[in-house]
Amino acid sequence: MSMIQTLYDAILNGNAKAAKEITQTSLAAGANPQSLVDDTMIPAMNEVGRRYEANEYFVPELLIAARAMKASLELIRPLLTARGAEPVGRVVIGTVQGDLHDIGKNLVAAMLEGAGFEVIDLGVDVSPEKFITAAKERKARLVALSALLTTTMHSMRAVMEKLREEGMRDSVKVMIGGAPVTQKYADEIGADGYSSNANAAVALARKLTAA
Amino acid sequence: MHALFQTLLERRPVITDGAWGTELQKLGLTPGEHPDLWNLSHPERVEEVASRYVEAGSDVVLTNTFRSNRIALGDRAADIAALNARGVEISRKAAAGHARVFASIGPSGKMLIAGEVTEEDLTAAFTEQCHALAGAGADALLVETMTDIDEARIAVKAARTTGLPVIASMVFDSGKEKDRTMMGATPEEVAEALTGTGADAIGANCGLGIEGYIPVCARLRRATALPVWIKPNAGMPEMAGGRITYRTTPEEFASGARELQKAGADFIGGCCGTTPEFLRAVAAALRGRD
Repeated sequence: MSMIQTLYDAILNGNAKAAKEITQTSLAAGANPQSLVDDTMIPAMNEVGRRYEANEYFVPELLIAARAMKASLELIRPLLTARGAEPVGRVVIGTVQGDLHDIGKNLVAAMLEGAGFEVIDLGVDVSPEKFITAAKERKARLVALSALLTTTMHSMRAVMEKLREEGMRDSVKVMIGGAPVTQKYADEIGADGYSSNANAAVALARKLTAA
Repeated sequence: MHALFQTLLERRPVITDGAWGTELQKLGLTPGEHPDLWNLSHPERVEEVASRYVEAGSDVVLTNTFRSNRIALGDRAADIAALNARGVEISRKAAAGHARVFASIGPSGKMLIAGEVTEEDLTAAFTEQCHALAGAGADALLVETMTDIDEARIAVKAARTTGLPVIASMVFDSGKEKDRTMMGATPEEVAEALTGTGADAIGANCGLGIEGYIPVCARLRRATALPVWIKPNAGMPEMAGGRITYRTTPEEFASGARELQKAGADFIGGCCGTTPEFLRAVAAALRGRD
């Protein structure tokens, strides 16, 4: 069906204006909001992710696609909420204490939003206490930590320790990422997962929140 | 070619310096502490790093000003002019007439395409930093570790208003062949854009290791008539027993430096993970010095 195909293409090509317009038209024509998300938009973002993993897409393509997805989701989300549907999951995300880099973190946040997560972005240079408070207050089941520097990645360990101290380790999953971060480091500090890029982060977040 | 580069390149390749952050940590910089603020609080230790590179054989030393722009400093906005000026003065003192001082200008850390900053914000921040560096007597300005051509061009334009020679260097670590910038640009696209913006030299730094930069260097060489500047990492950082290590040895790096010279590099040094030992090995390999 051409309308659906064009929404798929609009997201794939990062055309936020078209994505929004087509979503509006589809909804007005009586399309089911849940099936727009499940059958068209998420497959489109999956294809964006596949192209990024295959090095056919780069950061700009990823960002504009996530933006188109978000533009469309903003129209659909209120309808889903009204029907009592919950977001896929709620994630607290931030760059750890001492680190001011937010490009990688913003990319992951954009992709998570694009995948239907509710994202609480705490920004950069975030203290362990701030992560803990936000996760508690917002009842987030997932905390995502970013660090770009070998000198600041140790702050991730501090967040893990603080979670344990607060007795929250069972209720909150932690995923980490950033240039110097590795799976080995995630294992070492006891994080639940590591991803090397924004697309893999979405798959990981889905896995961790599905449990 | 700019007269300064012409003079320097009579002894080609020019040997630049290695990493600063890791050296400052050896001298007590703690995780989370802003390295550039040490220009004001611990100038003698910053000078120690520059001195070690000069002793190792660097013809060019950089300044501890990589993040000294208003946007990257964020809330820590110190006295930008003082931070940059001290950075140049410290390196100048360490150089003691044996090396030239090229001032380091890193990225803002924000993405233009995501609307996190505007072109005007970037122009203002880079102009402020470049003029502080030039005013303190830097020999050249180095726009480095850039991931976005558009931001690099804005920084180069700002740098050019000082009248100093300008080098523009980007990171190539993405794509199937790891020969693209984060935004997907090829060495050819980078060379065309930055040559067109009026840079006096162009290049590549940081990235995944020295092997990958040999073909990138060759492609930049073919794509521009300007001098080529290369400063690779000592491979990828790895965790070993809770410590960060880089697997490349100074000797391996030095043999890579020879390949870079063959591939047309005019300026050769190291980025993350390289130390004065690496530069000593590079100087020995390229100059027969020991």
